Amino acid sequence: MAKDPDNTKNPGLNMAASPGEPPAGPGPGVTYVHTLSSVDELLERDAQREKDGFPRKIRIGRFMKPARGGKDKVILVPTTVEEKFMHDTRPQDEQEEQTTSGSGDGQEGDVIGEQPVHQSSGSGKGASGEGEGGGHEIESSAYDLGRILTEKFQLPNLKDKGKKRSLTKFTYDLTDRHVGIGQVLDKKATFRQIIKTNIALGRIDESGEIDTSDLMMGPKDRIFRIVSREKDFESQAMVFFVRDYSGSMSGKPTEAVVSQHVLVYSWLLYQYDRQVETRFILHDTEAKEVDDFHTYYSSTVAGGTRVKSAYQLVNEIVEKENLERDYNIYVFHGTDGDDWDSDGRETLPELKKMLLYSSRVGISIAERYFGGQSKTVVERYLRNSGLLHEQATRLSLDTFSENADEDRLIEGIRRLMA
Amino acid sequence: MELIDQHTKKIMEGCKERARDAGLSFGNETLEYIVTNRDLVDLGPKNMIPTLYDYWVHDVEVIKERSRYELYPSNPYETVINTRPAISFYNDNNPDWLNVMIFYHVLGHIDFFKNNLLFAHTWHEDFEGQALSDKRYIAKLRSEKGRWVDYVIEFARGIDNMVGLYSVLSSLNRKENSVPSRLDYYFDVFLQKEKKVRSSKYLKEIERYNKACRDFPETSDPVFFADVATVYPEFETLYGRYRETNRIVPKDLMEFILENSPFLARDQNRWMKPVVEIVRKTALFFAPQIRTKTINEGWSSYWHEKLFLQDDRISGNEVGFARINAFVTALPFVGLNPYAIGMRLFEHVEEMGRTGKISHAFQKLLDSGQRKKFDHKDVLGQDWVFKVRENFSDFTFINTFVDQDFVDKHKLFVAGRRLNPRKKVWEYYIKSRKAKDYRQMLLDSLYHPPSLEIVEEKTAENLLYLSHRFEGKPLVKEFIANTMMGIEFLWGGPVKLETTEVVMPAPEPTGLAAFYAAFATDPFPGSSREASYRRVVYTMENRKLSKGVL
Repeated sequence: MAKDPDNTKNPGLNMAASPGEPPAGPGPGVTYVHTLSSVDELLERDAQREKDGFPRKIRIGRFMKPARGGKDKVILVPTTVEEKFMHDTRPQDEQEEQTTSGSGDGQEGDVIGEQPVHQSSGSGKGASGEGEGGGHEIESSAYDLGRILTEKFQLPNLKDKGKKRSLTKFTYDLTDRHVGIGQVLDKKATFRQIIKTNIALGRIDESGEIDTSDLMMGPKDRIFRIVSREKDFESQAMVFFVRDYSGSMSGKPTEAVVSQHVLVYSWLLYQYDRQVETRFILHDTEAKEVDDFHTYYSSTVAGGTRVKSAYQLVNEIVEKENLERDYNIYVFHGTDGDDWDSDGRETLPELKKMLLYSSRVGISIAERYFGGQSKTVVERYLRNSGLLHEQATRLSLDTFSENADEDRLIEGIRRLMA
Repeated sequence: MELIDQHTKKIMEGCKERARDAGLSFGNETLEYIVTNRDLVDLGPKNMIPTLYDYWVHDVEVIKERSRYELYPSNPYETVINTRPAISFYNDNNPDWLNVMIFYHVLGHIDFFKNNLLFAHTWHEDFEGQALSDKRYIAKLRSEKGRWVDYVIEFARGIDNMVGLYSVLSSLNRKENSVPSRLDYYFDVFLQKEKKVRSSKYLKEIERYNKACRDFPETSDPVFFADVATVYPEFETLYGRYRETNRIVPKDLMEFILENSPFLARDQNRWMKPVVEIVRKTALFFAPQIRTKTINEGWSSYWHEKLFLQDDRISGNEVGFARINAFVTALPFVGLNPYAIGMRLFEHVEEMGRTGKISHAFQKLLDSGQRKKFDHKDVLGQDWVFKVRENFSDFTFINTFVDQDFVDKHKLFVAGRRLNPRKKVWEYYIKSRKAKDYRQMLLDSLYHPPSLEIVEEKTAENLLYLSHRFEGKPLVKEFIANTMMGIEFLWGGPVKLETTEVVMPAPEPTGLAAFYAAFATDPFPGSSREASYRRVVYTMENRKLSKGVL
């Protein structure tokens, strides 16, 4: 018969011999039952691959469903590619057009539709009245990703993450209630208790008015407020994600930079046990702050590039909100390495200022053409400035190709955080 | 997952009769199961074959697809497995009348599987059952060899897209003995190439053979060759060797490795061979399906529309039918829908057949007015769709029948997308309405694995030399290393791959970036560059990949 009838009940997962069936074939103890492996098991298998001398194959990918108001859903999933010899049908050239089928009226050459290059223009929309409660868009799975990155990909653990400030602080407030003795009498609570006592004693007439002078008061009816210690959780890290969104970034460089930023975010989230806040900043020749990851991810304009504007904005925010006192500040900047400020004369002073308070400034450059002999503008002036050596503990640079895969990006985090 | 209820099954049996009357042909027995969306998601990575062997990559896919389903729920209607008896799955969200429409669609697929010649090698197979036994075999091996079974599966799957479907198909029809007879070998090869005899001697031999024919009409050959054996005692051995080496069996890479790999031949590795064979067999089973997507879906859509509307039992659901049918078979304004194109192509073929347009008389007409008016009532016109369904694959189907009349009739065009930097938008525009361009666009979207040749002259005891026939597109670079590593593992020695790559001229130095910035209307400076090609050879040795230019 075509089908083992038992199999049909458990599609996909348990396709092997049914439990009732005597083991056919190999000796006892061998079952054909295959259960779906968990992500952890799959990653373990992947780690074993490396020991066996084959490169790892499982990567962490994500699905993102954009939604209004920054409530995008992001789900992280394991992915893998089965490598085969295949024809490369990707356009060899960015300019090469994508074509597809269509049907309908019109002359050759007619434009039949337009699609904005950048979907959300941020500034024009205004009214982001969600407040802080809107929450950040990357779901709790980011924390898991952080764990996976740390454990399975051996990303470094932050050594002195708690040095600057403790995880919790305490405030003292008259919040607890205490019966009998205490500092301040809670009149309302006390009166409520007296009423209860008198109802129990049957001294209150349900229909009539209550004459308070008739009420009796027991010794345990007095309730006081006393000073108590309150735990106040504090976000430990403030992460600024800064991204160049000029025209030259569209497509792969954005993809690479944003992918890396998601990974960095996840990793920090794990390192700081979820006590991480994020700010998103986009810049072309001017910088602006955006509310959520989705806007950060999907915006593009076709303008020029001035890195200085972004650094300046970060400095302003930190200064205005006095963030330096309360947070470990991280700044991650993703760019394709282009800057109109060709020798960094304007950018470098802002960068130096930033280095004064940041725990780490990580700059990722997604190069459009990898392996080119000449370095990008940003890389060149950074190297020339000598800051990479002077401030080696605070400033790091990672340059990769716009085609970099997940492994390379994770390796990049290692470099950025080393 | 459960069998469909008897009520629906009875309706379906009625569908079979109606479909048979219309000319479709399929086996009597079919199995229908009701499944949930989750079943379908879980079965997806196994190509809907519940009994396919287990492999961890499928697990990764299942986990991924379940998450995707959370974000983007979908509701696939049906799926059919090409096995005996044919099995089909129906979504438990389908109403009954919809299952009837779907069943007509399914019958189209079953008919296609059974009659299209590309599937000839699967006609007598109970694939489900075979897959189950393979699955058990692999599970048993896994309990002995552990993860190494999975490595072998992985590496075999790395080359399973290049299985020789066509050589398998042609071997079904080829006469057993395509090797030259002893006599032909003696005169055509042995005397001329081996012995290089003079022509006088050659003629003398012919004369001697003719004489044998005259003297011993019944036993001319044995008599003649008895004499040959005394003159050339080595003749028989040479002929045997010649037969061996000149069997005309084009081998695909997997088969070649199975037969010749010194690594797999070792005693301790012999268990790997059946694993590779299972992977190869599975790939061969799916190979025709990937090559007949448009024509198969077109055929089924063509029939479900015809048969549903003729079915009196389900009248009253025309509106629901119209809605779903339009959803499935509409030509999108922009975008490619193979169901829609395939269905309309079959309608086109039917019309061409009916009016006698599939004929030389029509094809030599150039005047479009006359072409339009052309109508030779062809009684056998309907037969054409059946002939096409039997003999065509996606490529031949599209290549033959997408003509200007077809493109004009459905107002089809090639849609291009370009950046308008001034307005900051992607513009979609009508790039071409020429049949030639439209056909090319369709053909470019078809599945086409690269063609690799085993260069036997350069292949030695432990070196495997492969040559990629360049067809205008390079190989995906990122995949070369791991694929070759797999081949190296299965072969047990270094592997070389000759292929062609595209060379892009170096970009302008970024020092000019400031200069370009001044003219920032073009977001991709310096992109008007010409590509050139060069032949390179990759070498995989000890899991290290290196590349040299030829």
